[in-house]
Amino acid sequence: MTTTNDQKPIGYGRMLRKEDPRFLRGRGRYTDDVQLPGMLHLAILRSPFAHARIVSVDTSAAEALPGVKAVVTGAKLAELGLAWMPTLSNDVQAVLATDKVRFQGQEVAFVVAEDRYQARDALELIDVEYDVLDPVIDVRKALAPDAPLIRDDLQGKTNNHVFDWETGDADETERVFASADVVVQQDIVYPRVHPAPMETCGAVADFDPVEGRLKLWSTTQAPHAHRTLYAIVAGLPEHKIQVISPDLGGGFGNKVPIYPGYVCAIVGSIVTGKPVKWMEDRSENLVSTGFARDYIMRGEIAATRDGRILAIRTNVLADHGAFNGTAAPVKYPAGFFGVFTGSYDLQAAYCKMTAVYTNKAPGGVAYACSFRITEAVYLVERIVDCLADELGMDPAELRLKNFIRPEQFPYTTKTGWVYDSGDYEPTMRLAMDLAGYGELRREQAEKRARGELMGIGIAFFTEAVGAGPRKDMDILGLGMADGCELRVHPTGKAVVRLSVQTQGQGHETTFAQIVAEELGIPPDDIDVLHGDTDNTPFGLGTYGSRSTPVSGAAAALVARKVRDKAQLIASAMLEVTVADLEWIKGSFQVKGDPGRAVTIQEIAMRAHGAGDLPDGLEGALEAQICYNPSNLTYPHGAYICVVDIDPGTAEVKVRRFIAVDDCGTRINPMIIEGQVHGGLTDGVGMALMEMIAFDEDGNCLGASLMDYLIPTALEVPDWETGFTVTPSPHHPIGAKGVGESATVGSPPAIVNAVMDALKPYGVRHADMPLTPSRVWEAMRGRSTPPI
Amino acid sequence: MQVPAPFEYERATSVDQAIGLLERLGGSARLVAGGHSLLPMMKLRLANFEYLIDINDLHAELGYIRFEGAEVRIGALTRHRELLESDELAAVFPIFRDAERVIADPIVRNRGTLGGSLCQADPSEDLSAVCTTLDASCVIRGPGGAQRVVSMEQFHVGPYETAVAENEILTEIRFPFKPDLCGSAYAKVERRAGDWAVVSAGSAVWIGGDGTIVDARVGLAAVGPNTTGIPEISAALRGREPSEELYETAGAIAAHSCEPVTDQRGSADYKRHLANELTRRTLRRAVERTRG
Ligand SMILES: Cc1cc2nc3c(=O)[nH]c(=O)nc-3n(C[C@H](O)[C@H](O)[C@H](O)COP(=O)(O)OP(=O)(O)OC[C@H]3O[C@@H](n4cnc5c(N)ncnc54)[C@H](O)[C@@H]3O)c2cc1C
Repeated sequence: MTTTNDQKPIGYGRMLRKEDPRFLRGRGRYTDDVQLPGMLHLAILRSPFAHARIVSVDTSAAEALPGVKAVVTGAKLAELGLAWMPTLSNDVQAVLATDKVRFQGQEVAFVVAEDRYQARDALELIDVEYDVLDPVIDVRKALAPDAPLIRDDLQGKTNNHVFDWETGDADETERVFASADVVVQQDIVYPRVHPAPMETCGAVADFDPVEGRLKLWSTTQAPHAHRTLYAIVAGLPEHKIQVISPDLGGGFGNKVPIYPGYVCAIVGSIVTGKPVKWMEDRSENLVSTGFARDYIMRGEIAATRDGRILAIRTNVLADHGAFNGTAAPVKYPAGFFGVFTGSYDLQAAYCKMTAVYTNKAPGGVAYACSFRITEAVYLVERIVDCLADELGMDPAELRLKNFIRPEQFPYTTKTGWVYDSGDYEPTMRLAMDLAGYGELRREQAEKRARGELMGIGIAFFTEAVGAGPRKDMDILGLGMADGCELRVHPTGKAVVRLSVQTQGQGHETTFAQIVAEELGIPPDDIDVLHGDTDNTPFGLGTYGSRSTPVSGAAAALVARKVRDKAQLIASAMLEVTVADLEWIKGSFQVKGDPGRAVTIQEIAMRAHGAGDLPDGLEGALEAQICYNPSNLTYPHGAYICVVDIDPGTAEVKVRRFIAVDDCGTRINPMIIEGQVHGGLTDGVGMALMEMIAFDEDGNCLGASLMDYLIPTALEVPDWETGFTVTPSPHHPIGAKGVGESATVGSPPAIVNAVMDALKPYGVRHADMPLTPSRVWEAMRGRSTPPI
Repeated sequence: MQVPAPFEYERATSVDQAIGLLERLGGSARLVAGGHSLLPMMKLRLANFEYLIDINDLHAELGYIRFEGAEVRIGALTRHRELLESDELAAVFPIFRDAERVIADPIVRNRGTLGGSLCQADPSEDLSAVCTTLDASCVIRGPGGAQRVVSMEQFHVGPYETAVAENEILTEIRFPFKPDLCGSAYAKVERRAGDWAVVSAGSAVWIGGDGTIVDARVGLAAVGPNTTGIPEISAALRGREPSEELYETAGAIAAHSCEPVTDQRGSADYKRHLANELTRRTLRRAVERTRG
């Protein structure tokens, strides 16, 4: 495949990423690379306890340390009215703790010093006296009457309840369940995991007291949204704030929220009058920033004896940590978990969810999950496999029998989601063909007879991405529409300005290709600008696989706007009416007279040139747009995983993984494959090794990459990918998002494969991460491992 | 970025000069070899030392694998990578290559040393298990050229504690090279490549001309406060002919004579099971190797 990547398509097709040379040569410029004259360094003191009252904080020794410029506590921030800030879910979160600490790793004070060593040394000299309180760690006990109250800062709060949420029809679902031949129930935990981007979070704040301007470099996936929130929180005028998100070393949702550290950096700069850099270390990233998942789910599925799925019901207990910091559209406190109905044509569905506070780090939506679709897909794909086991049916056959049929699209699910398009069976069949499904089952039967453990796991997912229509979706009141600006220079080169921000997804290439496809300008001639609020239009940023569905549509439409104007100019240049012109990628031609044509480059020169333009037309060749999607896009995919398990040690080896993705129109197949490869690797991590666990005192047991394992190349097979194309009917180029498909779809495929391998042991379910120890425990009939 | 507390740093020019520095600075000083155990602890500020004495310039003096008579002698500063790549070592003690293949990653192996591994005395350290299995002894040098030799049992005093005093250096590890047919093997279960062991086991067998086991040793890591040998296994195997039943007996002894604890790497029950399973596997493999 690699040889075909090095092409120069004018539009869609495989091509190497435009951003690669700078990354491959170490020329990326990350937040920590920002060096400013006189810059100071900030370090944060964090709580060693999960739950404790702060009795006193003595900063005098730290202040006396040479090089220290400022030591700021929660009490000082409270004087400035900045001790608390809103979260993305309309809760509040402490910037620095004033009254209590509520999770281990919570921010308690910060030091600004001349270098980062002094700043760290000074932290050791801050003397905090804590009165340790009982923590709430076991989410199942959070609502017990005697549970310690975590959020006594919230007026009138008497328990640890965050919200209840439901979707679907409880009565109708109950009716279907009551009369069903077969009902299967399974408790399923999606453990707390962490996105662990290679680059940790950080910021450089440069406040200019004379101009009253704040320039903030920060690791953010949503620079515009952050700017607006800073304006609202800190009371700084929005036009005086510039947020720059330079190159990002991965995000995966970890860089969507505003963290206390960013605010501390801003305060530090204001207090000292100097630029201030804050970069968290690996442990800080793992213990304090946005975790993901942490859903305890009970799934139930009702079906006929011959394998017709009738209804799915689920009850979820959601651990939101100490502050509800979930990044989700306001009307969707559980994100898009409502798509737990999966890819199946059901008669009824119902979900009831309760979210609670615990003494753990806040967060909730992160790690490439498409707003909780990861949890939803895991639930449905696991429970469908449990049903197949109960019915003694092949899991592929059960799925094929229950898919929503192509003629049913647009399909409204029992929880109210309108799937835009899909053709599931060919995708599933292709995956089975690539896998050699029948042959694999034969091999498995032979191996089982010899006592060897081989498993084949299937997952079929439908994603819902591209948030979202502004009538339904906003984050803290900001609509989820995206701006885009396109300017064609006189010589026919162009610059397109995006509101979304790449973290490795290849925006600089994909968006150039989208514009190239519409205008016939080579992608290399199109610069893609993003990540700087002073230079780009407003929009909500990159997460939830929304860049191509929302900003990609905006880029296509803004290019069409430019093309329409180019057509007017061309008609003047060729002295024919607009209707007589035909667009052949890159030029307008007089219909029936191919000899008479002008290229887009010639038109661009004319648009800026000395000659006259048609009446009423302004010069230049540029346009802008704000795109409000009419619906989400619904990519789908079929994944098949083959595992081998060593019966003696219970080690799981992922032998093969076949991923067939349908993300509609494919812009750069190489980039799509890269996204899929990365997501599949994440999936191996979550399924087999990743978990943020806590001991009973609330100590985070995943505070380093020695304890929190992420997969390496040695744990993953050569990915086998394939694709089908079902365009989105409402997206201007028919594209759907793909950034998170693989993260969403792969964990259930792997877990299903492990469960399939363990059939001889009568195991139907075991919770992730399926470490050797957990697999061994499951083989002994213990599905709830000790840790 | 994790940064250690302030410290002073000096590069040793000879073993005796390093010992002199240790003697002068006492407990506030530490040697740094590969640094792959010491520096992470310092960066996390789990350990703070005022002085670091870097012995890496002594590699010419302390980095070697020598075959001397009835012994293999390995210098304390010999790096993981050198142990991995030595064909001579692999020919006599294949257990080293088995183990080095699953220790950490190439970056760590390029710097980390045998001496550092033993002196770190982490109960999960793979090379400690290898040395225990091979009945190694440790050469410790102190002030005034004083030198003493201790067995592995004496060397490991407790978790993270060794017989090396504040003013001493471990200089060499010696492995008896017995005349009988020797086979050895190492196996480790890890949650991910480069992870520390959930459990690992090393076995070595020496087989006499009559086909019976002259001596056998098993060393386990990550199942107790120290990587200890299991004398009961040696006693059970000596004088017997290798067989599956014998491996099973050895495995059962391994399982009941270790003291694993439940943690994120695995449950205590599972670790006990692995002690058994890996003991059997490595013994089987070690015996196979005596047969070429
Ligand atoms: C990511 C990672 C993964 C790892 N995985 C594994 C693994 O899977 N298995 C495994 O066994 N190990 C593993 N290790 C540890 C690695 O093998 C270390 O290199 C080794 O434990 C220590 O060797 P060192 O030379 O780096 O020692 P250092 O860190 O330099 O020193 C360790 C200690 O020994 C002392 N010391 C060093 N040399 C001497 C000497 N000659 N005399 C007296 N005292 C001395 C030091 O003062 C210090 O207290 C891993 C390390 C890392 C960073």
